[in-house]
Amino acid sequence: MGILHKVQTTGRTAVAGGETADSPPISVPAPLPGHNGGEIGTNSPKAPVRHSALVRATHWLITVSFLALLVTGAEIVISHPRFYWGETGNVNTPPLFTLRIPASRGTVPTGYGYVLPDQNGWSRYLHFESAWVAVLTGLVYLTFGLLKGHFRRNLLPASSDLSPKALAIAFARHLRFRRPSEEEAWSYNTIQRVTYLLVIFVLFPLVIWTGLAMSPGFTSAIPAAVKVLGGRQTARTLHFFVSGLLVLFLLVHVFMVFLAGFRSRVGAMITGRLTKRMEQT
Amino acid sequence: MNKLSRRKLITGGLATAAGASGLAVAAKLATRYGLIPPDSGVLYGAGETLTYAAQRLLTRHSLAREFAPSHISKSPFANAVYPLGEEFKRLETGAFAEWRLTVDGMAAQPASFSLTQLKGFPWRTQITEIACEEGWSYIAEWKGVPLSHILHAVGTLPQVRYVVYQSFQRDWWDSVDMADALHPQTLLTYGMNGGELPVGFGGPLRMRVPRQLGYKSVKYITRLTLTDSLKGFGKGLGSAAPEAGYAWYAGI
Repeated sequence: MGILHKVQTTGRTAVAGGETADSPPISVPAPLPGHNGGEIGTNSPKAPVRHSALVRATHWLITVSFLALLVTGAEIVISHPRFYWGETGNVNTPPLFTLRIPASRGTVPTGYGYVLPDQNGWSRYLHFESAWVAVLTGLVYLTFGLLKGHFRRNLLPASSDLSPKALAIAFARHLRFRRPSEEEAWSYNTIQRVTYLLVIFVLFPLVIWTGLAMSPGFTSAIPAAVKVLGGRQTARTLHFFVSGLLVLFLLVHVFMVFLAGFRSRVGAMITGRLTKRMEQT
Repeated sequence: MNKLSRRKLITGGLATAAGASGLAVAAKLATRYGLIPPDSGVLYGAGETLTYAAQRLLTRHSLAREFAPSHISKSPFANAVYPLGEEFKRLETGAFAEWRLTVDGMAAQPASFSLTQLKGFPWRTQITEIACEEGWSYIAEWKGVPLSHILHAVGTLPQVRYVVYQSFQRDWWDSVDMADALHPQTLLTYGMNGGELPVGFGGPLRMRVPRQLGYKSVKYITRLTLTDSLKGFGKGLGSAAPEAGYAWYAGI
């Protein structure tokens, strides 16, 4: 614990703007239920911070860029709602599957007698611009998250929590949709930790990789990016499925935020602080 | 508290100043090394500039993937072809003997070539994938004369930075930077899969830029213009694509 404190003090500088990004269960005792945590929620610099400035800023930048990627990605899919496996695929070849939606291009057989307006121009521009925001934000988050021990301290589950019994209990509690107790607001539970790590270190890297594997420019420089996946159309189909998993995460994430207390949790992700007052609303 | 605020103010101010001057230097360097696309001023120009600059740094000399003959698509898709008009029909009836490719602009010897002349130049075949921005794709074997050979033949002046190419379809024109214009895989194609290039696929003459998406591979090429600036062409955004809302650079 002494070492942790050392890391926290030395890693305090630039990013968090003078605030410490520590998980209070380590540095500050979590307020007990029923205990009115005095200075919590005031602007006193001593008030414990639930989320560091870095986590809050990157969280919302990723949120905005992800929503833009989602909308524009959907628009791009509408221009050709057919998916293939392998290197190539077009309307003359059998699809792996087809989305039963109308298309924005007349050359795609959809069974609908009309064509949706073509939105690919701005959608593609904005898709890649948002991708840049997401990737650059992600790099900042990863760099400082590693330097400041954010992943180790806040996201890596304790090995004792990963035993089948502990996991079973955690899942059972989740499946009962129980509103989490107040001290849980200060730390992530095991299922949260595992899910966030999967999203950060598996799903996001995969969606970026499969996206780049579709780029003829990028794959001319790094052909392995698409060869390993088994072809450009496979990359496109995987990009679609991984995006689907990210949407599933988003839906569950927002649902859990509502369950835990929307104002309290969203407030903490905006101001960094969990307030007693907010906790009761 | 006060001390901290002052320190934060000073470091913050210095960081902002350093960031701003860093950006200014980066912009100057980027312009100098040709990393700013002609449509950098449009609404989403920032993302577009990052994409173009990053890909140019990564791909200046890289080669598009080439495939084995067994990978050639058995059912390629020509995409919709809009009516090309009476004049095109007349040329097609005459087996395109009267088709001309005009090369003008910043060339020592501007020239005009017939298809027969073009076919007499050194040619190259390559099996590459053409992918549409919509998502579909096919692989074909393309045969043609490298654009770099034409540029060499007409004596491209050293200040040339872009090659503008125009189509028989008046409203469809595009341009590439010198990294793509001089690239060995950028071909003026007249053959496909061992035969003549069919009209549906852009015959008699199609620009193939395999490191970019299909819409850069403009069909029915009639004119090349060598230039040091794209300002005088259309709205100055580099091609018809940005005027229709699409990115000029289509490497992604």
